[in-house]
Amino acid sequence: MKGKTFAFHAVAGTLSALWLLPIALVLLTAIRTFDDIAGNGLGALPDSFSLDSFGEAWHAGGQSQAMLNSLFVTVPTVLLSLALSAAAAFALSRYDIPFRRAIILLMLAGNLLPPQILLVPVAKLCELLGIYDTLPALIVVQVGFGLGFYTFVLQGFMRAIPDEIQQAATIDGAGAVTIFWRIILPMTRPALAALSALAFTWVFNDLLWAITVLRTGTVMPVTPALLGLQGQYVSNWNVIAAGSVIAAIPTVAVFLRFQKHFISGLAIGAVK
Amino acid sequence: MATLTASPTVAPQPNRVRRRQKRRVPPVLLAFLLVPLAVEAFWVFWPALQGFWLSLTNWDGVSAPSFVGLGNFRELFGDPIFRDSAFNTLIWLVLFGGLSAAGGLGLALLLQREGRGVGFYRAALFTPVVFSLVATSLIWQAIYQPDGLLNKLLGGLGLESWQHSWLADPDTALYAVLVPALWRQVGYVMVLYLAGLKGIDPTLFEAAKIDGAGRWQQFRFVTWPQLRSVNSVVLSDSLRSFDVVWAMTKGGPYHSSELLSTYMYATAFQSLRLGYASALAVVIFVLAFGVIVAYLVRAFREDDK
Repeated sequence: MKGKTFAFHAVAGTLSALWLLPIALVLLTAIRTFDDIAGNGLGALPDSFSLDSFGEAWHAGGQSQAMLNSLFVTVPTVLLSLALSAAAAFALSRYDIPFRRAIILLMLAGNLLPPQILLVPVAKLCELLGIYDTLPALIVVQVGFGLGFYTFVLQGFMRAIPDEIQQAATIDGAGAVTIFWRIILPMTRPALAALSALAFTWVFNDLLWAITVLRTGTVMPVTPALLGLQGQYVSNWNVIAAGSVIAAIPTVAVFLRFQKHFISGLAIGAVK
Repeated sequence: MATLTASPTVAPQPNRVRRRQKRRVPPVLLAFLLVPLAVEAFWVFWPALQGFWLSLTNWDGVSAPSFVGLGNFRELFGDPIFRDSAFNTLIWLVLFGGLSAAGGLGLALLLQREGRGVGFYRAALFTPVVFSLVATSLIWQAIYQPDGLLNKLLGGLGLESWQHSWLADPDTALYAVLVPALWRQVGYVMVLYLAGLKGIDPTLFEAAKIDGAGRWQQFRFVTWPQLRSVNSVVLSDSLRSFDVVWAMTKGGPYHSSELLSTYMYATAFQSLRLGYASALAVVIFVLAFGVIVAYLVRAFREDDK
């Protein structure tokens, strides 16, 4: 029995160490100086310590602007997506909407489409509307594409809320909007929290939509801007590493803060 | 974006015992439904239809598209880059999908117990999931550099002959991209499987044991059927892979790590052959179609309960 526990920890411990190794490496690379890397090689252990690379990536590398762009995109996208999908989910789950099931599946199907089929038309649509290469374009595109999935999850959740609660509120004279705002929405909070944490990471980490509707370097959010940073600092691996660390901070923070929600969000329906 | 359905951890099971009483639909609810629906129609359904139509045209994005019928699809047959990228996509599906499912399941079975250290192990394996694929790519590019960690380790082990420019060699580029993609995906799939394992009613195992089922049979007939839904997530994620390849190699060198998704993007936004790119997108759609339908059918059934 003891031997078995030991073997378990040996296997799991080795795997965990292997998994953490690249993260340790990027942190170690970020704190090295350029001369150290150039002289001793990228794979060598640090022979220097400096945090200048973070400043370099943040200021000259343009990451401060990119981070602002990311927040301008991510926060409104998450809020809008959840507001719209919660409203749709409310109608679809609590009332006898004709063809409700067909509508739910149609909306979900939209989210399951491979994005490639949408890229060219969406880029052209943005040009046509005059919003190509602006952050609002990225917001609306991502809201539109995500809605189906969020609506599907939220309506499943709202449907499980007992009908009696709503009946009682109706008898007390509450209208649909009041019921939505005061009763159903608060009861949906766990699902909303899980989806917000997930949506934040998805939108923040997105590359494909950003490089489809944006072109100019200065409007790029952090994730696509990392590629620009790499082009700018070709062999300055300390700056590139620092940039990667900076780009990962917001999602790591959201994950650590909302760990429970995050995991349950991921698990939404992996079961069945 | 991942594609999952409703779960016990988040959603109480929709056990709608009795039918909801008929409720008149107040007009304000129409707005509740129609506004989101209109947004999705405008940004998803309408562009999708255009995408199919554009696949039948030649278009440079400036002058008007000219209709060429199935010409683009005929051209695909003779296009060696299309053949390579289709083959690479197949390899990717098998290796990325297969290994992330196998690895994720193995880790979930290993770490499903509770005990000292297990939380740490899970967290360690899960951490890369929150990084963007672009950040992941940069981390691994550093490892793959000629003077990077991997070659250093090989040198340290006396395997100098194995040292390599991993991303610059057409023979290794695709696999060099695959490793970071797996590094990030395995922890994610593990969490999905862990949730699935947690959701299995323990009495099922008792019943199976009483019926004389061995450990393999318990896995095969009790555990596995409960986990099947994870498979379509794994499959659709492999079809969606784009970021990691684009960030690491842009499909190169010489298209050796080209996937259909990267080839489509390059054709559209670098070669500006928008009609031909749309035809590639249609091919991707056809490949994904089976997964989409399977997923919708299950969503449909679940909604029934």
